[in-house]
Amino acid sequence: MATRTKDGQPQPPVPPSHSAESTAGLLRELVAHLRQNRTQLREEWARRITRAELLTAMTEAEIFAEATSVYDNYVEALETGTFEALQAYARNLSERIIPRGVETHEVVGIVLLLRDVLARSLFAKYHEDFDKLVRILDAYEPAANRIANTVAVGFVQERERIIRQQQEAIRELSTPVLQVRERLLILPIIGVIDPQRARQLTEQLLRAIRTNRAKVVVIDITGVAAMDSNVANNLVQTVEASRLLGATVIVTGLSPEIAQTLVTIGVDLSEMATVGDLQGGIEEAERLLGYKVLPLEEVIPKG
Amino acid sequence: MEVPILKQGHYLIASIQSALTDADLSQLREALIERVGRFRSRGVIVDVTALDVMDSFAVRTLRDIAHMARLRGSETVIVGIQPEVAFAMVQLGLTLKGVATALDLEEGLAFLDQHAARVDDKRVPGRLGRG
Repeated sequence: MATRTKDGQPQPPVPPSHSAESTAGLLRELVAHLRQNRTQLREEWARRITRAELLTAMTEAEIFAEATSVYDNYVEALETGTFEALQAYARNLSERIIPRGVETHEVVGIVLLLRDVLARSLFAKYHEDFDKLVRILDAYEPAANRIANTVAVGFVQERERIIRQQQEAIRELSTPVLQVRERLLILPIIGVIDPQRARQLTEQLLRAIRTNRAKVVVIDITGVAAMDSNVANNLVQTVEASRLLGATVIVTGLSPEIAQTLVTIGVDLSEMATVGDLQGGIEEAERLLGYKVLPLEEVIPKG
Repeated sequence: MEVPILKQGHYLIASIQSALTDADLSQLREALIERVGRFRSRGVIVDVTALDVMDSFAVRTLRDIAHMARLRGSETVIVGIQPEVAFAMVQLGLTLKGVATALDLEEGLAFLDQHAARVDDKRVPGRLGRG
């Protein structure tokens, strides 16, 4: 395939096959170019980031510092063809910038900007030799795509990990298991119970029964507005599992709606002790444990 | 693997050390029932603290032990069910309904003592009305 240079002179045909070595050779040439022009390309990139109003949560000095790391990791990934280091760096970077409020579109944005900055510098360098430019881009494109992908995916995965962690923390916080007396635990449930929360609740309670050697547990559901059959069954299972650990469960605070639901669903209530309110439940629990609460005058007689 | 069965006063204590095959479980059941008769035990404790898993055969065997022991005048308590095991059991619908359970050996013994005291109450002549 004959090609022409800018002034119209015919050039000898270029061999059509592009062997793996020539791609490697091109990449080496590319990497050398990127290293040589590191300073100005990095600055150009940082400028464009600011112009595009990305990473507003970070100071210019911070942006420049991170830009330097990303640039160097980028070039190294191009050079070695391996992406583990880049992946690790992407995760690490995400861990640092996510708490600062950096969003996904910003991270994707800056990586694409870098890609563009580097591509344009290649156009500038090889504009005289169109065919060479094409071959260099052929070598650059797949690697650049993979890099953008790795960084973006790393960021998103880190976000997902943090979200899961926070969800877990919220769940733990929202269902505390409290010891109010020796061998007596209270589990006040507030809000909506989905299957996952119900499961987490049960596991938490069973562990607490063992740790605190509880003999009675009062589960208060005053704060639960509605209950479907799945959750009702979960409650029954929790009661039964607690019994297997030697603890008696008293359920308190059933609203009329929930009482109706339980009866309508036909849940087996024979094993579940219930008392109207939390106070009654605690009094019953204390009775079961052999406590009796008396006013001081009776215990310490006057005179 | 034979499960060691210890005699403690009127009670028998079977302490399971590791996972048991179905044959081991059956053998344990036979051994306990035989000893309950031989020693006229009032209580049996089966300690499953060491078990990470309990399948339906294990649960059925424990129920069988409790029922058979009761027929021979002895109360059974299963102790040491781990939280994860309890959770799995209720999810799979494997119940120990009608079988007493307690947190650990200490609680199990306390339960048997209380139970024995209640039974003795009933044995006093002239108290049939109270039950």
